[in-house]
Amino acid sequence: MLEATMNKKLRDFSLDLSLRAGPGEIVVLMGENGAGKSTTLNMISGLVSPDAGSIRLDSAVLFDSGTGTDVPAENRRIGYVFQKSAVFPHISVRDNIAFGLRAQHTSPAFIREHVGHWLKMMSIEDIADVKAGNLSGGQKQRVALARALATKPALLMLDEPFTALDAENIRLVKELARTLVTEMAIPCLVVTHRISDCRDVGDRVCVISQGKKVWEGKPEHVPA
Amino acid sequence: MNPVPAFSAKTRRIITCIGAAVLVVSVTLYLALPVVALFFRTTPELFFSSLTTPDVISALVLSLFTSAVSLGIVILVGTPFAYVHCRNEYPGKVIVDTLIDLPLVLPPAVAGVALLVLWGRVGILGQYLSLFGISIAFTTLAVIMAQIFVASPFYLRQAKSLFEQLDPAYELTARTLGASPLRIFALITLPLTANGLVSGAVMTFGRALGEVGATIMFAGNLPGVTQTMPLAVYVGMEGNFVVGITISILLVIISFAIMIAVRLLARHEVSHA
Repeated sequence: MLEATMNKKLRDFSLDLSLRAGPGEIVVLMGENGAGKSTTLNMISGLVSPDAGSIRLDSAVLFDSGTGTDVPAENRRIGYVFQKSAVFPHISVRDNIAFGLRAQHTSPAFIREHVGHWLKMMSIEDIADVKAGNLSGGQKQRVALARALATKPALLMLDEPFTALDAENIRLVKELARTLVTEMAIPCLVVTHRISDCRDVGDRVCVISQGKKVWEGKPEHVPA
Repeated sequence: MNPVPAFSAKTRRIITCIGAAVLVVSVTLYLALPVVALFFRTTPELFFSSLTTPDVISALVLSLFTSAVSLGIVILVGTPFAYVHCRNEYPGKVIVDTLIDLPLVLPPAVAGVALLVLWGRVGILGQYLSLFGISIAFTTLAVIMAQIFVASPFYLRQAKSLFEQLDPAYELTARTLGASPLRIFALITLPLTANGLVSGAVMTFGRALGEVGATIMFAGNLPGVTQTMPLAVYVGMEGNFVVGITISILLVIISFAIMIAVRLLARHEVSHA
């Protein structure tokens, strides 16, 4: 369960948001460019500190301005897929997926087995040893998703995961996100600016404008 | 009133082509002819026989040694410096930025004088080192210090620009995956910028190898101690012309090799898309 209340003064406006996402629930943050959606994800992940507020993930307090708690990004157990996937282009698909596990000093035997599992899950076994820089957009997105989930995060965040993908890959990535979040029973935040994405993957939608939540509800009721 | 007769489109194209060709050929010849002329002032026999004279060997060894040490120091200190400089905001950053570029526009002789004023036997800091019997000026160490001062901006500027241009999403993703800053630098940042860093290093080595002004002012021109190849060329031209030409040709060959290496590395730049 994610519970976050964040306040941050940005250049053009003040971001003031409260968010909640339950296990297996996909909450879509929708809004125009520059509304504060990506900044929200960056604050939850620990890459940017809010000016005030609190962020709780399951029983852990990740940020609390009252007590001065601010857990570093590397210790937050959050799987974060950036815009354009950001797979590491100079290493193989296998090494991309293993990156987080190695950073956490997991045993080589476990890493081998676990990476094999994710390669199979994402149907990318045939490209396991290909350098990630040589992959197509859809393949990169699947690698990024596997890499983010391989470390068993307590929260998954996807920033504009469907841009620059063709229709077939959009459908595939949406299905994967839906299935995996449900199976792993973790909350998931998806940032998008397209209503179709909200309806396809969202359980709940928050429309954000100028750093404020201006609408919240079921995907089928999102105002056009 | 009769209109002024205009050139036809075809004539205009021909004139443009001839103009462009004259421009390209004249610039190319201006740059290439002096270099080519060097090769006509000696014979293979003379070149190879003077290549083995003690003066040439000692200048060659000293130049390669000091340039390699300078490059090593620039890489070891400059890489983390450029990274820390790019990734952090701090007071006076703009001034540091300007200071990094300063040796590029400063006349090398002035750089040499400045180093002498600071580190010379009666220099601002050098006088205190003298108390402990340490003397830097007019030693091989002074050659290395002069080379670092003059050549380091080539590496620092390149490293800075590479670190700035690298998509921050790579490092941020690595952080969210639990990687430490050192791990991110070693496994993500360095490999993704390696080709560019190597080409910066090659340019730095080339500049260090060709350094004259700062070296002669701060380190002097002592054979076997501070007389690098460009200084040996200078001495050779005043006495043994053949030696001067031989070392010049050697430097031309090394410079060509450096430029080819840089171009090859630039072609194999890793895609960051």
